[in-house]
Amino acid sequence: MGDLVIDNLSMRFDLPNGGSVQALKNVSLKLAKGELLAVLGPSGCGKTTLLNIVAGFLAPTDGQVTLNGKKVTGPGPERGMVFQQGALFEWMNVRRNISFGPDMAGRPASETRPIVDNLLRTVGLQDFGEKMIYELSGGMQQRVALARCLANDPDVILMDEPLGALDALTREKMQGLVLKLWKETGKTIILITHSVEEALLLGERLLVMAPRPGRIHKEYRLPFAEMGVGRDLRLVKKEPEFGQRREEILGMIWDMEEEIMGRQEESA
Amino acid sequence: MIVFLLYLVIFGFAYVAYRFWERSRHHIHDFASLKTVTFGDESAVSPNRFASVVSIIALFAIWGAFTGSVITPIHVPGPFVGDTSFTYTARNAAGETDEAVAHIRVYRVGEEVPLPEVSDTPNTFAVDDAVKIGAWRTSLSRLNENDIGGQEDGYSLIAIDGQPIAPGETVRFSDGEVTMTNKGSLSIKPDKGWQMEPIWLPAPEAVLGRLGEIASEGYKNFSLWEHLGYSLGRVVAGFVIGSIIGIPLGYAMGLSNWFRGWFDPIVEFMRPVPPLALIPLIIIWFGIGEEGKVILLFLAALWIMTIAARAGVSGVRISKVHAAYSLGASKWQILRHVIVPNSLPEIFTGARVAMGVCWGTVVAAELVAADRGAGMMIVNASKFQLTDIVILGIILIGIIGYGIDILMRMAEKWLVPWKGRG
Repeated sequence: MGDLVIDNLSMRFDLPNGGSVQALKNVSLKLAKGELLAVLGPSGCGKTTLLNIVAGFLAPTDGQVTLNGKKVTGPGPERGMVFQQGALFEWMNVRRNISFGPDMAGRPASETRPIVDNLLRTVGLQDFGEKMIYELSGGMQQRVALARCLANDPDVILMDEPLGALDALTREKMQGLVLKLWKETGKTIILITHSVEEALLLGERLLVMAPRPGRIHKEYRLPFAEMGVGRDLRLVKKEPEFGQRREEILGMIWDMEEEIMGRQEESA
Repeated sequence: MIVFLLYLVIFGFAYVAYRFWERSRHHIHDFASLKTVTFGDESAVSPNRFASVVSIIALFAIWGAFTGSVITPIHVPGPFVGDTSFTYTARNAAGETDEAVAHIRVYRVGEEVPLPEVSDTPNTFAVDDAVKIGAWRTSLSRLNENDIGGQEDGYSLIAIDGQPIAPGETVRFSDGEVTMTNKGSLSIKPDKGWQMEPIWLPAPEAVLGRLGEIASEGYKNFSLWEHLGYSLGRVVAGFVIGSIIGIPLGYAMGLSNWFRGWFDPIVEFMRPVPPLALIPLIIIWFGIGEEGKVILLFLAALWIMTIAARAGVSGVRISKVHAAYSLGASKWQILRHVIVPNSLPEIFTGARVAMGVCWGTVVAAELVAADRGAGMMIVNASKFQLTDIVILGIILIGIIGYGIDILMRMAEKWLVPWKGRG
């Protein structure tokens, strides 16, 4: 129990011009509680589709997703989402954004207040509770997004390129924060990313997906996430094995992109 | 044309003067002052407040100068007022010539003035004449009527101040022009100058005086505040009803295929119909009372608010809605806490447009038919050539329209501070 099971998912939809797209084909996966899975792949490999199906925003044409033995049929508070950006509510201050989940569930303010205080401290925003969202920098906004998700105490956290829009320095700090939160809360996390380095740093497990049709290309189990907890991530990047893995995966994705280009030229 | 050229001259002169003054002034080194490229950089262009002030002063100066107002020390030449005269030469049937003087008194219309005094003894046979003419007016006179033998055939006027004149010809005298008609009478036209006659354009102080007068005494049975208040009240009533129906309708169109499909043809058809085009139908159906006006303004506001609310819903980032669902919000909670606040900036933009359109529409509707209201006031005044009331009304309508817009902007800043910062 406590598992997220993705069972033989396929997703195929028709296009207005009569053709059809196979976004996912026979994707199966099992995540134990507390695992951190990074998903990597060239654009069009279906990684966002996969995440949307797990979140319950899309229904698969085949297969199913179960969490704790319960089939996923729609979005729910047990599966929290963190988006790239722009998903915060700018008409509320930081505090009300974080307490949005508990508020919607009708929990009293006396109960949510300590939770929010605690989360503000965890993400390092203890002095920003009363600020409006538009007064914060991009990195701070993503901290709020993480805290808002955690306030609901979900079983699984789904992250859709949460650090994609940040500058390199902020991004590095946030990667450390994600690892810290993962270790402290013991949540199951699925993280989608474009960055090979980020996938290697954060992914305890790493899934490389291939496009057309979207499918699992290769799976890794990596030591770097454990290594990076509470440490300077730059040290992790200096590990010889890290460099080796990075080259290997970069080459893999490079080949996929080449293949796509080739196929496009053929059909053109 | 002269006014336009004068305006251009003032514009150019003020600009050159300002540049000279600016050059001699100590410069503030803010960021914009360090930009070398300002032509084409919109962010470096801000309204020059000096220019705004001069612009307003120039408008009033021109208005004052061309109406002989007390607010400007310099005026363009006004119409000739006072006493003047010219000598005319007449030839009688016997072929003899004689001269007499036409004494002309030009007075301001509205004043009581006597005719100028003249002696009625002839030099030989021509007798002096007395004529009074209102400023800006023309007088048709038969100066030969009192001359001895002046009624006989063959008696004619042949020269004015020594300049020969014949039917159809025009000659100048010291303060005006004289034209001889085909029948031999003289059309005397004293100089009009460049100033505008008050019935075309009253002086600024005359307009201000009217404001005081109708503010205390009212116009056509209703006080000024009633006229303006009724216009505003109609706008507010129409706008509020339009919003109450339009905003939920827009939300429904933004949230449901069926509503979107059902109302799209109606909204898309009604949107380009100018509300003014509905006035005749509204009058046929509802008459010229309050009911018809409020319905017209309701229709003017309805489509704008519907489209604004619909656009507000379409403008919600899907990630916000997804995030809210993932946090466990119900559909109703998403509407209340995500969609409505997210659409407020769009709705405020729509409300500003709708209030502007309603204000324009109510004035037009009152021009057509009303017993009170700002539009009724000016159209009624125009029928009696009360140009000062017309101008006063236009200025008040402008000020109120501008005031509405400023209030809406302030409300927007206060209620949706996150606008444009998502």
